[in-house]
Amino acid sequence: MRPVAPVRLILDDVERALLNGEAGAGVATAMELLVAYSDAIGARSLLPIQGAHIDGCLYHGEAGLDFVELLLAQGAKVRTPTTLNVGSIDLIHPEIIRSAPAAQVKPRRLMEAHLALGCVASFTCAPYQTMFRPRFGDQVAWGESNAVVFANSVIGARTNRYGDFLDLCCAVTGRAPAWGLHLDENRLGQVLFRLTGFPASLEATDGMFVAVGLFVGARTGDEVPVIEGLPPPRTEDQLKALGAAAASAGAVGLFHVVGVTPEAATLGDALGGRPPQAVVEVTPNDLREVAARLSTVPDGAALSAVCLGTPHFSEDEWARLSVLVRSLRPARGLPIYVNTGRATLESVERAGVLTSLREAGVIPVVDTCTYVTSILEAFEGAVMTNSGKWAHYAPGNLGCAVAFGDLEDCIASAAAGRVVRAAP
Amino acid sequence: MKRAGRAYAPGAARGSALILSERLSFYGGVDSATGEIIDHAHPDRGRIITGRILVAPGGRGSSSSSSVLAEAIRLGTAPAGIVLGHPDPIMVIGCLVARRLYGLSVPIMVCPLEGLADGVFLAMSCDDAGAAWLDPAEDLPQTPALAGRVQA
Repeated sequence: MRPVAPVRLILDDVERALLNGEAGAGVATAMELLVAYSDAIGARSLLPIQGAHIDGCLYHGEAGLDFVELLLAQGAKVRTPTTLNVGSIDLIHPEIIRSAPAAQVKPRRLMEAHLALGCVASFTCAPYQTMFRPRFGDQVAWGESNAVVFANSVIGARTNRYGDFLDLCCAVTGRAPAWGLHLDENRLGQVLFRLTGFPASLEATDGMFVAVGLFVGARTGDEVPVIEGLPPPRTEDQLKALGAAAASAGAVGLFHVVGVTPEAATLGDALGGRPPQAVVEVTPNDLREVAARLSTVPDGAALSAVCLGTPHFSEDEWARLSVLVRSLRPARGLPIYVNTGRATLESVERAGVLTSLREAGVIPVVDTCTYVTSILEAFEGAVMTNSGKWAHYAPGNLGCAVAFGDLEDCIASAAAGRVVRAAP
Repeated sequence: MKRAGRAYAPGAARGSALILSERLSFYGGVDSATGEIIDHAHPDRGRIITGRILVAPGGRGSSSSSSVLAEAIRLGTAPAGIVLGHPDPIMVIGCLVARRLYGLSVPIMVCPLEGLADGVFLAMSCDDAGAAWLDPAEDLPQTPALAGRVQA
């Protein structure tokens, strides 16, 4: 048996010049890695990108810092508009970070090194809800799994799931391997998830979109899933939650929702006229089971905090929160942490609602996220969240017990001090 | 019998097979300080990947996995080599960057996983041209002294 010989990458003159160091040693380092990676995955060429989103700001140890500081020392700058994902520190409210000051030195250096490379200080995992939102058909190189799946699925921009380091190599060279989800033929749906046995008047609840995301993510490998039978979402935030959940439970980079997402006007469009490789039925019971597994404590359990905004809260979500806080009046001093982008928080601040929200226990967190860094104060009780992604990662990252529910449930529970369900 | 595969990250490694029944995300799934699988939802939670030939159906989840893998390689807690049923590009860039920064190679190859057994000694080699070979136990002396990374 002979191993399969891969296709080798062919560079154009500009790319060869970058590789040869004509734009500096840092660009050449990034291009060397991009070429080695492209050869490994079997890309035949590179393509120019219109933007990048870098997920390298979160401190996972010295390797990440060594890499960025190498590029910086070699004089690299990004060659395309480049936003930054969350870091480990809230640079605007640093006092809420509970790790020792000495432990914050390298995470801060990592964030600053990215800025020195010319990246925008966005520090958000929802760049698609900022002024840097890509357009349909744009080729971009994005890291952060929820951002990737949103850009591909909800906007119809084109990116693969760029791992840390590779997104930066693309930003510094302005190129990405012409491979995977950048190409038409790889964007067609392959596995059909069909909602079956639901009432015709199915309501678009947040919990349902999260549960569908988790269910689909856990059952999808490298394939592109198509979801049929989902009601139209109330806002794009529900698709954001679905994608974030799917990309936490699995490796989903693109999904189609028939009649909802831009490349899936019909089932035929989503599948490209081909039959699906497999059909998976999704029943109400499946979704109940998935949602129930997210909670590690029963209803009625005492709470120590509520965590919202994973992915980062949009302006629409802030408006919904504001309405719920006014009607349910949580006043027990239970902290309601809300992760959001700094640009979003500025506009919420301008709208003048932040003072009354703070009085109700709301603590805005920017630049980072409550599931990746030490912010939460007390762990005697469980933490409640409306995020499938938070519920998926927090028990491992933070060691806390989790209750999952809709936004309404979370605020009602904050008011009660224990897990309650607002709606049946 | 030697089995052929496709190389995704170059290098050579020997070690005993650690067979995972499910896909693995390094981010949220592996503690780079200890090499332990920490994903609560993973059936192999608690096992140590350090120095093993990690055999898994594929990768899963976060794009931060490349950072965690590179850090594990830097710290010496990473697997000696990685054998996957399906390619995982995020693991690939983690290995390529660790090689560039520290000169440490953790090879990755993709091949059919049928017939590989946990604890069996394996040797793997991945060249720069994309060819990879995996040698199962019967062709190798059964000595733990061979475990660990082979510098490329």
